[in-house]
Amino acid sequence: MPATLHLPAILAKLADAKVIESAGATVGALVSDVATRYPSLAPRLRDADGQPYPFVTFYLNDEDIRFHGGFDAPLADGDEITVVPAIAGG
Amino acid sequence: MTVVTYRTERDRPRDAAAVRPAAGKESARELPPLSHDEIVRYSRHLILPDVGVEGQRKLKAARVLLIGAGGLGSPLALYLSAAGVGNIGIVEFDVVDITNLQRQVLHGTSDVGKPKSDSARRRIADVNPHVQVTTYEEPLTSANALGIIRDWDIVVDGTDNFPTRYLVNDACVLLGKPNVYGSIYRFEGQASVFATADGPCYRCIYPEPPPPGMVPSCAEGGVLGVLPGLVGMIQATETIKLILGAGDSLAGRLLLIDTLGANFRTVKVRRDPSCPACGTRTLMELIDYEQFCGVPHAVPETQISHGVPEICPMEAAAKLERNEIEIIDVREPHELDIASYPRVTAIPLGQIAARIAELPRDRDLVIACRTGARSARAVQQLQAAGFTRVWNLAGGIHRWIDDVDPSQPKY
Ligand SMILES: [Zn+2]
Repeated sequence: MPATLHLPAILAKLADAKVIESAGATVGALVSDVATRYPSLAPRLRDADGQPYPFVTFYLNDEDIRFHGGFDAPLADGDEITVVPAIAGG
Repeated sequence: MTVVTYRTERDRPRDAAAVRPAAGKESARELPPLSHDEIVRYSRHLILPDVGVEGQRKLKAARVLLIGAGGLGSPLALYLSAAGVGNIGIVEFDVVDITNLQRQVLHGTSDVGKPKSDSARRRIADVNPHVQVTTYEEPLTSANALGIIRDWDIVVDGTDNFPTRYLVNDACVLLGKPNVYGSIYRFEGQASVFATADGPCYRCIYPEPPPPGMVPSCAEGGVLGVLPGLVGMIQATETIKLILGAGDSLAGRLLLIDTLGANFRTVKVRRDPSCPACGTRTLMELIDYEQFCGVPHAVPETQISHGVPEICPMEAAAKLERNEIEIIDVREPHELDIASYPRVTAIPLGQIAARIAELPRDRDLVIACRTGARSARAVQQLQAAGFTRVWNLAGGIHRWIDDVDPSQPKY
């Protein structure tokens, strides 16, 4: 399914884009595709085993994917995925 | 524990002018009256339907604890005191540094070198003498957090590091105190309200922190000066809404603020049934948060170079003069304009791996950055790649400026 991945500024720098068009049957498949296309971004999106980090949250539209099967969350045409890494500045 | 309570003008409600609790209103009966001066001062609130006299008295009765009087805590302290929050606590042990003033509007140029808690008390007293301020001039720790937070109604998290964020979260969940959360990095911010009766907590979004060094601090990565103002104002608004019981709180939602894209949006945050703090409640006491966040104990940034060979700036300068070493500067390009080393090869830390072929293996290499932390990581990276003649410049450009070239600014 074609879907859009939105990156925060800190990760956008590694991909030279804030928004990446990609596709996949699941969020994990889409993340894999993006990781292959942008090798320097890959380790910031998922760990060496291809699993999500506990400090980088993926929102499928408005929902945390943890409550929808994690990287197995299915994608529908036109879904928007937002990557939100933990930040601590104050 | 140092508790400094600073009181300015005591509330002396004049009998004639004092607003008495509205008759028949059970909840209103415990609220303090407003003095004549206060009625005049807060008149724009009093005519506001969702605040009114009762709301203003709720604000006066409220006890709000700010963790940190830095970027987020500054606008929070100014606006919450101006709005008439009657009791404000501030946990802050730091002193004002000139680099704070770009965003920490609670402190001024004349406060540099002095405790932030002093300037905080002075500014708040000037903004609104009706506010009672309590300052805790100590770092928040697992040992003191519950004791400090227990005395307050609402906690506002304006800290600048992961260990303290998890500490504040867990303490608030354990004590059942709402935690008004805000966090910033470079051009982007987050805000939410955690630990309300049925709401989620910080661990429900981020069960574990990133390993140290993966997310640079604002001191390393920079922050847009107005951003903490923006996020701090969201936190102040949420705090006032909680006190008044007005509107829809950010509890259950995470507000994402993107200043460059001029985008505000919220995503849903659910209580995670497996969250050890607010879900399973297996977390029953505070833990060692430095350890939880993988931070080595009591190691300042400049000494993270554990097991990494170091060279001091004086020695490096002498060797450079004799052309015995090459300095590799791993700072970001924009930092090079602020202060620089003589005759360097500049390769940002993130590009070392990709550009490793550019570095000579038959020369003595001295890796340098701002304080010595990033360059230590670069040294380790090069050692892993088989480089043997590689040293870390101890203390970075800061110590270079101290010891070798005082003509340049520190940043
Ligand atoms: Zn939780």
